[in-house]
Amino acid sequence: MQDYSVLCGAALADLFTPPLYWSDIFTQMDSIGVGSMPIILLTGFFTGCVLALQSVTALKQFGAVSMTGTLVALSMVKELGPVLTGLMVSGRNAAGMASELGSMKVTEQLDAMRALGTDPIRKLVTPRLAATVFMLFFLTIIADAVGIAGGALVATNLLGLNATMYLHTSYQSLKYGDVVQGLVKPLFSGFIIATVGCYFGMKTTGGTQGVGKATTQAVVVSSVFIIIVDFLVSRLMIGIFGR
Amino acid sequence: MRGETASAGAAVAEQPEHAGPVVEFENVSIGFDGKQVLEDVSFTVERGQTLIILGPTGSGKSVLLKLANGLLKPDSGSIRIFGHEITAMPEREIFELRAHIGMVFQESALFDSLTVEDNVAYRLHEEHVSEDESHKRVVEALEFVELGHAIDKFPSELSGGMRRRVSIARAIISGPDLILYDSPTGGLDPITSTTIIELVMKQRDVSHTTSLLVTQRLQDAFVLATHRYDAKQGMRPIAKDGPDRGVDPGTKFLILNDSRVIFNGSTEELVHSEDPWIKGFLA
Repeated sequence: MQDYSVLCGAALADLFTPPLYWSDIFTQMDSIGVGSMPIILLTGFFTGCVLALQSVTALKQFGAVSMTGTLVALSMVKELGPVLTGLMVSGRNAAGMASELGSMKVTEQLDAMRALGTDPIRKLVTPRLAATVFMLFFLTIIADAVGIAGGALVATNLLGLNATMYLHTSYQSLKYGDVVQGLVKPLFSGFIIATVGCYFGMKTTGGTQGVGKATTQAVVVSSVFIIIVDFLVSRLMIGIFGR
Repeated sequence: MRGETASAGAAVAEQPEHAGPVVEFENVSIGFDGKQVLEDVSFTVERGQTLIILGPTGSGKSVLLKLANGLLKPDSGSIRIFGHEITAMPEREIFELRAHIGMVFQESALFDSLTVEDNVAYRLHEEHVSEDESHKRVVEALEFVELGHAIDKFPSELSGGMRRRVSIARAIISGPDLILYDSPTGGLDPITSTTIIELVMKQRDVSHTTSLLVTQRLQDAFVLATHRYDAKQGMRPIAKDGPDRGVDPGTKFLILNDSRVIFNGSTEELVHSEDPWIKGFLA
């Protein structure tokens, strides 16, 4: 935990002191953000679809089928969008970071970088941290949007609801606090994904077997952290906004 | 200079018209997971000298090189490079000191995602040297290791020997005052090993760079100690009836065994050593 905290502190501090490796930040943004787009689109869309499909069964009992849009929008924006995006990006990128940095560690490339006068945290961890936090924010917005669209598609085509009504109730149900809650969470998730992935990568020992182990640990630990932090942030936001 | 820590990064960066030894180890010890790897190691390397470090596998040779470059911190003892005490030096200042140190790693440690040109120019790019100047110096360094044709290749497209030569080019491109070679011929066939040793010798005899060389191959060590590089004739043996009596006076040996230094001296002292372990090791 101490080493992890030191890594996080150093990576954050490096954001505010030169040199900042902008080309590496943009490369990572492309890899993490654009590269994760297909899985985020698919996950968000089908989550919205299944949410509408499942919720209508329960809402029917109370004669509240027209509330489907409200339920899908609130669920996606406050909870499922941020968490599922965090978990999917964690599975893809925390694993990628751990394996890439782990391979560099076991082949002495990290030592070579230090020997050539470059701080590996500044060169490798800080760009990944900045890129993940920045891109996860926008990926979450995209996941929310396609999730609501997926719910709309199911509600109108399979459940026979009015599309205008669905979108209107969705829009009306979202308050300022809900949107803030949904957009604060990816900032924490992005931080967790990048720092945990890089931490396990840079601590890799034991050759190729160690790289595999580091990759697994990075995904497991970052996923668990994301869910725990999601609960804590939810509680905090409910305390602040009252919903 | 003893015990003096570099107080400012600028002083380190200016380096190093230091009059004393380039490398000084004094009672250095380090261990990992309760196992002592180096114990009470002391030696010095003067400017222009080549110190060949020999020893069986696991005797701490590579650890010693990493200590010399500040990549590891000793548990106790003092390490001075160009007169700067590096054991107490912050990492940021060590980065500046490393601008004067080149290192060739055991498995080359080239960056997989970069071309040969970008690997060799890595340090120049970090120092914001212009593209034209950088390209010119990369071509020079690659021609020195006879790999000019591989400039656009990626490390995965190179053989083991070629990777090692690129690693040497990367280490020498900034004209370092100290080069650390970690088993530069390890895992290579004899012909390729000879090519690498010739490059090490060329760097020693052309640039007179101080160096530490770790190897397990005795024949490589003795080729270095008994040959010189000549620009016209290439590698050739030193005349036995000449003033140097067949050995390079600037090439010394250090032997490690069981975490300790068991020999530190010249080639002649080594071959005439009466120590039974050394005799067995050399046999």
